[in-house]
Amino acid sequence: MLAIGLAHYLTVGAILFVLGVLGIFLNRKNIIVILMSVELILLAVNLNLVAFSAQLGDLTGQIFAMLILTVAAAEAAIGLAIVVIHFRNRGTIEVDDVSTLKG
Amino acid sequence: MIAAIAFYLFAAILIASAVMVVTSRNPVHSVLFLILAFFNAAALFLIAGAEFLAMILVIVYVGAVAVLFLFVVMMLDVDFSAIREGFQRYAPIGGVIGLVLFAELIFVFGSWSFADNAAVLRLNPMEPGVENTRAIGRILYTDYVWLFQLSGLILLVAMIGAIVLTLRNKPQAKRQDIGKQVSRMGSVNLRQVRSGAGLAELGIERPPVDAPAEKPKPIAHDHAHGGHH
Repeated sequence: MLAIGLAHYLTVGAILFVLGVLGIFLNRKNIIVILMSVELILLAVNLNLVAFSAQLGDLTGQIFAMLILTVAAAEAAIGLAIVVIHFRNRGTIEVDDVSTLKG
Repeated sequence: MIAAIAFYLFAAILIASAVMVVTSRNPVHSVLFLILAFFNAAALFLIAGAEFLAMILVIVYVGAVAVLFLFVVMMLDVDFSAIREGFQRYAPIGGVIGLVLFAELIFVFGSWSFADNAAVLRLNPMEPGVENTRAIGRILYTDYVWLFQLSGLILLVAMIGAIVLTLRNKPQAKRQDIGKQVSRMGSVNLRQVRSGAGLAELGIERPPVDAPAEKPKPIAHDHAHGGHH
């Protein structure tokens, strides 16, 4: 059982999620900050899973939070690798230039 | 009471650092605030009783992901002032969408409750007296072993993908050609030698030098050797 109410955790998670979405809009050109915003969104999801897991006394949520953590780490590695090769090819990391990739 | 104070403190720092991540002018500051956010999220996990996940969060996120971000931000020589041009332009629409999303989430949480038989429907109930890490270990390697293996596969694919994406083949790099190494003939000969005798005494000559036709780029070779002297 949670020491703090479930609603508090869900509110923090919702604020964090919205901040992540806002970060994607605000930093439209800087793909590194967009990746960080995605990390924030995944953190909010993890927070919700852990809060529900603690509230219900069910461990399954924590198992799935671990899977999300793994996927987030893999996504960060791949995303940053793509950023590095894009910077190597174009000399910039502006997302607008990525549209030149389209055939 | 002390848990409530700690919760509000950590939650406030978490949200404030998340705000700084998305609005910071310098991406290095963004990464550092991201690290602060992860630490505070780990503290919130601890308050919720998920000790193992809190430690994993600190180790994986702060130790690996955030440092990876820091490496990339510092390694790429990017003019970040030019990148921030669209900041003011996208702020209103981003704010509107954020507000709508937040209102929707609040509506969902407000009009929602647990099922009456939620306690019975639990898949892996926490047993009292078993600590968090032991309880997770008990089900992670038995009931959820396929999920565990899948996580390992995802990490393997990510690792191979990142290496393949960023690997560069430099033409001047020297590589070992194992096929050529194994198949070379005549340059090494095997002799039965008397023990205790010197090379000159036995008349063993140096291995013959390869024919020049076998060397594709003698100039590059000499140049590389010149660097050593």
